[in-house]
Amino acid sequence: MEQFFATLGIWLGAIFTFAIFSFLYKDNPFYKTAEQIFVGLSAGYWFVYTVFSILIPNLYDPLIQNFSVNWIKIIPAILGIMMLMRLIPKTEWISRFPISVVIGTTSGVFFLRYLKSDVLNQLTATMINPFVGGSWVMVVGKIMLIVGTISGVIYFYFSKKHTGALGVSAKIGIYFLMVSFGAAFGYTAMARISLLIGRLQFLLGDWLGIIQP
Amino acid sequence: MKRKIPLLITFTVGIILIISEFIPHKPFGQLSGELEIWFLIISGFAILLGQLSLFKVNIIKIRYKQRDWQFYIVTLASFVVMVALGFLWGTGRSAGLLGHGEVITNTLGYKPFDYLFNNIYQHLQATMFSLLAFFIASAAYRAFIGRTVESNLLLASAVLVMLGNTTLGSLLTGWLPESLNFLHLPKVSEFIMTFPTTAGQRAIMIGAGLGIIGSSLRIILGIERSYLGGE
Repeated sequence: MEQFFATLGIWLGAIFTFAIFSFLYKDNPFYKTAEQIFVGLSAGYWFVYTVFSILIPNLYDPLIQNFSVNWIKIIPAILGIMMLMRLIPKTEWISRFPISVVIGTTSGVFFLRYLKSDVLNQLTATMINPFVGGSWVMVVGKIMLIVGTISGVIYFYFSKKHTGALGVSAKIGIYFLMVSFGAAFGYTAMARISLLIGRLQFLLGDWLGIIQP
Repeated sequence: MKRKIPLLITFTVGIILIISEFIPHKPFGQLSGELEIWFLIISGFAILLGQLSLFKVNIIKIRYKQRDWQFYIVTLASFVVMVALGFLWGTGRSAGLLGHGEVITNTLGYKPFDYLFNNIYQHLQATMFSLLAFFIASAAYRAFIGRTVESNLLLASAVLVMLGNTTLGSLLTGWLPESLNFLHLPKVSEFIMTFPTTAGQRAIMIGAGLGIIGSSLRIILGIERSYLGGE
C-alpha cells in the first residue's frame, strides 16, 4: 500500500508540474487550478506551521505547563485575539493596539539591528588599507571596494543636486550599482535554471525513469 | 483614545527595546526579552489573520460569483484539506488532535499533511519558481541591449558571473597561461562577486539601513502614523 501511495505521489507531482508548465503556452484552466491549489495549500501550510511552531510552543505549552510563572503570556494572547478583530469592520479599530505593540517592537529591534549590521559593520568592513597583503589583483579589488561603497552611498544622497564632483562620484556609484545588479541578475537566473533542471530531473528520473538520479 | 493609546504603546515598547540595548539589566533586559516573545505570539496571530482574511476574500468572490469564481472553490478546498489534515494528525514530530495516526502514516509513508506537502506543495512551488527561468530569459533579451555604459556594465557583469559558474566558462579560458590566471572566467566571476558587487551591495545596505533607522525613529516618536489607518 505504501508503494502505491509513493507512486501516486510521483504521478501527482508530475501532473501538477505539467499543469504549471502549461502556462508557457497560454493561461488555461489546468494552470489556474494548479495555481489555486498552490495558493490554498500554501495558506494551509502556514496556518498549521504557525499554530504548531509558534503558538503552541510559545503560548499554549507555557500556559498549560506552568501557569503561575507564565500567566503574563495571557496579555499577548488577548492582544492576538484583538488582532483578529480586524476581520469584522465594526471592531477593526481594536486591532490597532496589538499592531502598535508589533510596530513598536519591530521599530525598536530594527533601529538597533540595522544600525549595527547595515551601517556600522559595513562602514567598519570598508575602512581597510588596500595596500596591505595580497597580490595586485587584491589591491585593485580593495580599492574598487572602497571607491564603490563611498560613491554608491553618494549616489543615494538626494538632498543636493548631482552636479560637479558630487555628480561624478554619483555616476561612478551608478556604475558599481549596475555591476552589482548584473551579478545579482546572473545569480537569480542561474538559481531559476537550476530549479528548472531539478524539475526535468524529476520528470525524466523519478517519473519516467529514463535517467538515473 | 483610539489613536493616542496605540501611539503611546508604540513609543513605550520601542523605547524600552532601545534602552535595553544600552542597559541590559533589570528591568529593561527582562522586559525586552518578554516583549520579543509577545511580538512572536502576536505575529503568529497576525499570520492567522492573513490566512483567515484570504478565506474571507475567497468566500466573497464565490458568493458574488465574480470572474473565475469556480477556481476559488479549489483554493478554499485545498486550504481546508491542508488545515484539517494538519490539525487531525499533526506534522513532523508534532501530534494532532487524533495523535500521530500510525495506521494512516504507515499506509501513506508520511503523515497526511506531510504527504501533501512533499508530493504536491513542493512540486508546485519548485515548478512555479522554475517557470521564472523562461521569463527571466525573456526579460534579459529585452533589458540587455547595450545602449549605454550602464546597460553594458549590467550585461557584462551578468554574463561573466553566469559563465564563470559553469563548466563552459572554465573550458573557454582553461588554456590561459598561469601568468594570466586572473582572466580565467571563474576567477573573474569571483572577483566581480567579491569586490565591485560587494561595494554596490554595501552602498545599498548602508542607504537602506539609514532609511530604516530614520523610519523607526519616526514611528517611535509618533511622526509616522500611517500604520494606524484612516480614522
